[in-house]
Amino acid sequence: MKYFPLVWANLTRHKRRTVLTTLSVALALFLFASLRSVVTTLRAGAEVGSESRMIVQSAKAIVFFLPMSYRERLLAVPGVQAVTWADWFGGVYQDPKNFFASFAADAESYLDMYRSDFTLPADQRAAFIKERTACIVGQHLLEKYGWRLGQDVTLKGTIFQGDWTFTIRGVYHATNPAFSEDVLMFHYEVVYERYPRWVQPGWYVLELKDPSLAQQVAAAIDSEFKNSSDPTKTGTERAFNAGFVTMWGNVSFLMDSIGMAVVFAILLVAANSMMLSARERTNEVGVLKTVGFGDRLLFGLVMAEAGTIALGGAVLGLGAAKALYRPTGFSAMGFLPGFDVTAGTLALGLGIAVVLALASGLVPAVNAARLSAVQALRHVE
Amino acid sequence: MKIPLVYNVRSLARRPVSSAMTALGVALVVGVFIAMLALANGFKMALVRTGSPDNVLVLRKGADSELSSGITRDNAAIIAALPEVAAAVDGSPLASPEVFVPMNVESAGGGEAQLVVTRGVTPRAFEVRHGVRITEGRMFTPGRDEVIIGTAIAPKLAHSAVGDTVRLAGRGWLVAGHFSAGGSAFESEIWGENDQLMPVLRSQVYQVVAFRLKDRSQFDAAKQTLENDPRLQVDARRESEFYASQSTVLRTILNFLAIFITGIMAIGAVFGAINTMYAAVASRTSEIAVLLTLGFKPRSVLASFLTEATFLALVGGLAGCLVALPINGIVTSTTNWSSFSMIAFQFLVTPRILLEGVIFAVVMGLVGGFFPARRASRIPVVQAIR
Repeated sequence: MKYFPLVWANLTRHKRRTVLTTLSVALALFLFASLRSVVTTLRAGAEVGSESRMIVQSAKAIVFFLPMSYRERLLAVPGVQAVTWADWFGGVYQDPKNFFASFAADAESYLDMYRSDFTLPADQRAAFIKERTACIVGQHLLEKYGWRLGQDVTLKGTIFQGDWTFTIRGVYHATNPAFSEDVLMFHYEVVYERYPRWVQPGWYVLELKDPSLAQQVAAAIDSEFKNSSDPTKTGTERAFNAGFVTMWGNVSFLMDSIGMAVVFAILLVAANSMMLSARERTNEVGVLKTVGFGDRLLFGLVMAEAGTIALGGAVLGLGAAKALYRPTGFSAMGFLPGFDVTAGTLALGLGIAVVLALASGLVPAVNAARLSAVQALRHVE
Repeated sequence: MKIPLVYNVRSLARRPVSSAMTALGVALVVGVFIAMLALANGFKMALVRTGSPDNVLVLRKGADSELSSGITRDNAAIIAALPEVAAAVDGSPLASPEVFVPMNVESAGGGEAQLVVTRGVTPRAFEVRHGVRITEGRMFTPGRDEVIIGTAIAPKLAHSAVGDTVRLAGRGWLVAGHFSAGGSAFESEIWGENDQLMPVLRSQVYQVVAFRLKDRSQFDAAKQTLENDPRLQVDARRESEFYASQSTVLRTILNFLAIFITGIMAIGAVFGAINTMYAAVASRTSEIAVLLTLGFKPRSVLASFLTEATFLALVGGLAGCLVALPINGIVTSTTNWSSFSMIAFQFLVTPRILLEGVIFAVVMGLVGGFFPARRASRIPVVQAIR
């Protein structure tokens, strides 16, 4: 530790270089953490889905409705505790660029089904359920468009034609980070009133008495409807969410390869900077050796310098990523709810910083250790 | 007077490791930049190629995609009778009413079922829609449970070889053939006959009607007639524009990513270039002083060092192009969020993207080289030579 002032003096000699190098390491690790978090957030989204809830959808494709009559039949399946249903509404608010999810759902049973994933004040809940044309929205969505409680919001239907006006009667907070706050939800009856001969539930959600029954229940349901004109595909909510994640294609491969390129590019910058510094100090190393500094110590001094830059950059970059995304509620337009930099990502980032320090410092450090004092001093100009 | 370029090249060669590292840094940034743009471009082109400016696509009013559209049989007949619709050889209108439904199809290797667009067509579709060609096997036979599968999607699906039976909507369909469509999104679809598919889907309506214009310039007239017809509640879109617009969501994401990622990388690379150039200036102080003594203007020294940095970045940029070039043509797949279905497409590197990459590199060089070059041009001669 007593050599720290020496390392510090070396670092501050070319202040600009040290700052720029540290900043490039910081940028690289910030980027790395961001890219990695896309993958971990997607995975988290695939995993947080409940194991005790199941989704029943049409086996033909998610876009097909399931008959309303299935509700009673699903309730009768042994192991099923509760049933609710919803429809993807897909409305546009003012401009097609304003994308957010909107659902028509059977309000009371839907709120009960997801009671553990969000909080909604009891009076707002009651007001929403009472009023046919009411809707509830997530806190984040409310803030995004500057809406107020009690305000009317008009959506233009893309699937269900026409203008649909809803009054915001409730604002919910997601307690489960993967439960999106970018959702507008309203009563299924509203759509049914206008399209009674067409609309039916898009999917059913079941609550199981016991999560261990999942496979059994899925098999029972799918075989019951197998030969009907609307066969079903039943799976746990977790599997359902995981299915959406795979729809993105090979995102993790893309993110990982870019992350590697980023890290490697910055390794070049850091290593180059260390080598530039080392080259300029050849004769100093000679002097240090002459006054009795050992090879090992000189090796350590160079490594310490590289380590300070790499770790300083890592703390800066990883810290910025951690501080930026979660607190600002970043969710990539609602595509990545609960976007956060995980502890695992931070640890991996620090690991990369250590490797960066080793790789960038190694050559200059070995050179410094190997250099003979005579040779080094001969360079004095 | 200008300082000859060869001075800069030799100077760079004198510190090969440092120069190479800086250039390689730029190369990586440019490589990633090109790769990401090629991805966005490939996706866009797959959709752009799907449409032709000669065709009009009619959707239900307010529908933002084929998926959310619906056109009744009566309305389809009205649309086909429009005077602007071109006629086939036999005199009948070149209009193609189509069913469009994403269906769950078992994926190759037994993974989760994939949503694949299944399009119900009439034989007329092969004249109206562009470039659809059977590459293997034959057309589906009208009146039979047969389908043809696009070449881009076929390898990703189970039981998709010609002669196999693929399961769609709970029923088996003979795969009569595979078809290509000039790299368009049609290649990610399954096509069958309307009359076979509609009963299975229990659909009474078509999703879209596509028709050929007699003349490209008649689009506005046709659009006006259709949208003002009280019997119809439809939007008419030029086919090429419609499909291009279908790529917006994903393209926005990809372009944002490309700019965000390469922007940050570029800042890092510029910092690297600044370090390298400052070090170069510092170690060549006396050289620069000699140049100034010889009568070269400070402006020339500035230009010379700026050239050196730019040249270094240019070499890096070209290397980046070479590194990124092999990804051209690699097939990847994702979901087209407008149809919720899988779409397979190729990375598409174009000369324009390569040029953008090179320009990007040059800009990095200029930015990274400016301050060091200015420092060089301001070296106090007397002090430096002493």
